Amino acid sequence: MTNIKNIGNRKINNKKFKDEIIQLSHGDGGIKTSELINNLLLKYFGNEILNKLEDSAVLNCGRKKISYTTDSFVVNPIFFPGGDIGKLSICGTINDLVTTGCIPLALSLSFILEEGFPVSDFKKILLSTKKILDETGLNIVTGDTKVVEKGSADKIFINTSGIGLVGNDINISPRKIKVGDKILINGGIAEHGTAILSCRKEFNFKTNIVSDCAPLSSLVNSMTAASKNIHALRDATRGGLASILFELARASKTNINLYEDKIPVKKEVLGICEFLGLDPLYIANEGKMVAFVDRRDADKILQSMKKNKYGKDSQIIGEVTEKGEGLVILNTELGTRRILDLHYSEQLPRIC
Amino acid sequence: MKEKIKELIEFINKNKPGRSINIMEVCGTHTMAISRHGLRQLLPESINLISGPGCPVCVTPISDIDWVIEIARQYDVSIFTFGDLFRVPGTESSLYNEKSKGRDINICYSPIDVLNFAKNNPYRKVIFIAIGFETTIPLTSVIVKKAYNEKINNFYIYNTHKLIPEALELLLLDKEVKIDAFLCPGHVSAVIGSKPYVFIAKDYHIPCVISGFEPLDILESIGMTAKQVKEGRSEVEIQYKRVVREEGNPTAVKSMYEVFDRSDSEWRGLGNIPGSGLKLKDKFLRFDVRTSFPVKKIKSSEPAGCECGNVLKGIKKPTECKLFSKACRPENPVGPCMVSSEGSCAAYYKYEKLKT
Amino acid sequence: MCLAIPAKIIKINKNVAEIESLGVKKEVDISLTPEAKVGNFVIVHAGFAIQIINEEDATFIQNYWKKYFYEGKN
Repeated sequence: MTNIKNIGNRKINNKKFKDEIIQLSHGDGGIKTSELINNLLLKYFGNEILNKLEDSAVLNCGRKKISYTTDSFVVNPIFFPGGDIGKLSICGTINDLVTTGCIPLALSLSFILEEGFPVSDFKKILLSTKKILDETGLNIVTGDTKVVEKGSADKIFINTSGIGLVGNDINISPRKIKVGDKILINGGIAEHGTAILSCRKEFNFKTNIVSDCAPLSSLVNSMTAASKNIHALRDATRGGLASILFELARASKTNINLYEDKIPVKKEVLGICEFLGLDPLYIANEGKMVAFVDRRDADKILQSMKKNKYGKDSQIIGEVTEKGEGLVILNTELGTRRILDLHYSEQLPRIC
Repeated sequence: MKEKIKELIEFINKNKPGRSINIMEVCGTHTMAISRHGLRQLLPESINLISGPGCPVCVTPISDIDWVIEIARQYDVSIFTFGDLFRVPGTESSLYNEKSKGRDINICYSPIDVLNFAKNNPYRKVIFIAIGFETTIPLTSVIVKKAYNEKINNFYIYNTHKLIPEALELLLLDKEVKIDAFLCPGHVSAVIGSKPYVFIAKDYHIPCVISGFEPLDILESIGMTAKQVKEGRSEVEIQYKRVVREEGNPTAVKSMYEVFDRSDSEWRGLGNIPGSGLKLKDKFLRFDVRTSFPVKKIKSSEPAGCECGNVLKGIKKPTECKLFSKACRPENPVGPCMVSSEGSCAAYYKYEKLKT
Repeated sequence: MCLAIPAKIIKINKNVAEIESLGVKKEVDISLTPEAKVGNFVIVHAGFAIQIINEEDATFIQNYWKKYFYEGKN
């Protein structure tokens, strides 16, 4: 293996991490997560590549480019409408990988199992994991299993990593986002988050909502085949569509216009949100890819997405309007505008 | 929809009075809706919307939050709260922080779920934080009666319910507060009807319009309010006719007063308002958590520089608070107006950034 | 202070009604609207029906919401 090119000096961030205990908000994808990463983790590990904080790292290896990602999965409940933690782990890793436009090559899969976890449940998870691997033609090439005492883990935690090969003619990164770019998404938002909420016993909802958990490698493949002018890709997961748009706007130093009437939201998803007083823009997805593309190719790319089984409800939802500080402006149904912010924490159901 | 909006904007513009007017939208849910749909951008400059104290989380005294935290610390109990209160800062902690430290604090969607939890877990002491105005008070009354009839003896409530009309009167008596009209809360009014506001129109000559929560409702209500001011009328009008009847929901009101009596109540930022609170009737006193779980004296103090009180009264805009957007932001809120999902400051924080 | 949504009553069992709004079903307490019948529309707040509304008005709100969702090709 040739040497990986020098990955640069560590950058030191001047802000202090003030919290004394870890809280749930440090893991919910909102501002607290951002603080944990920027003000603590990057102080220890920061370097030119990591500091980009992209879903996957792209490493130059001689004449090749390798995409490399890792993720951990702790979802509760482990079985939910539309999937389980196993399916989620593979789809999540593939989706992170393909944000670089790469062809995924192989994955690793590690388990931390709680003593007493039923093997029948474990087998169900292994089966659904295998199904996704079969669908995408990928293999697990390395892994690990640990078992901890009862109470030290919640049934099962999964860690994955993945590598892929990025074609030499492909260069997808938030830094390529340009004024005039169109923003596309492959379907309805907030389905995963509301599927999880809908099966929480304390809420007692009966719905047909199913998580959108899906591997998007074939979708991205169709898109890159249709056009080389895809500037950025990001899978919208925790924190919702609004959060990743905010991150991309900041990373590219541009302002974005988003059109409320173009953002697809399924009826039942809206139903759960109305009951609980939640905003679908900030609710998790697990099968949604957001693309920033050259405006001239937007329609062509949209058509290629609609032909894919995971992109039938694709839409153009916005555009990059100007260079700026990273504002995401929602144009409402009424013709008014409001700014979308990085949510300071996970939304809580409310009565007021 | 755009045509309907245009019609309503024309209606508002046609009826705007010759001078600048302040309409107080009492209800926090209105504040959020106005902010979320950017409705201020559609209004003429002479119509000024002020957010009022109708945010139950914002007006709950800091000592109540401290008290509940103290109960959580001293006793082995299961506490249930609406999500709205979860992150509101007390003097030095919040329910969210306490949960992080391992206390049994949970979010509920409905009070009935809390009662069912108590029924199904007879060995746990279960406390429901009963917060909210007249929309929510009847719900608490139903579960208290159920707990009494079914002898669910491990169930308690921390009562911090408050009544709206008395707070509105206090605002009108405050010389610093300049209100020309009220946009009244639609769902509180679904319960109490329109009669409780009549004294405001008759004795104080302030127009009241009971408004729904969709953008079209709010715009229509603003138009109706402006029209009253322009024509020199002061009446109680119901814009939200689909849900609000003049007599409200008598069953709900009756249920409230089967369980509670009126009392004085401390409102954060507004002080004590006579007759604006509720206390459990003697028959139901054993459900009061304060009697069953005494705590040692709590030292509560308002955060320095916090202007939530003035914001709640409509005297200051959130942007006029020195801490706004600097020391006080949603991720590190100082006062409840910033952390509450419908607090004026939280709504402004998102809205005011937009420089058109 | 008043998050509440319109929903249709599809079943009643004593004080508990199964309601439906935007395709989502849930059980709510109808002690505060004892006159409610199957087929009525109610306003639901925190798991309780707090007022009965007529069908035309409920449909008005639901039609308004139609601007915000699509039925989806599942």
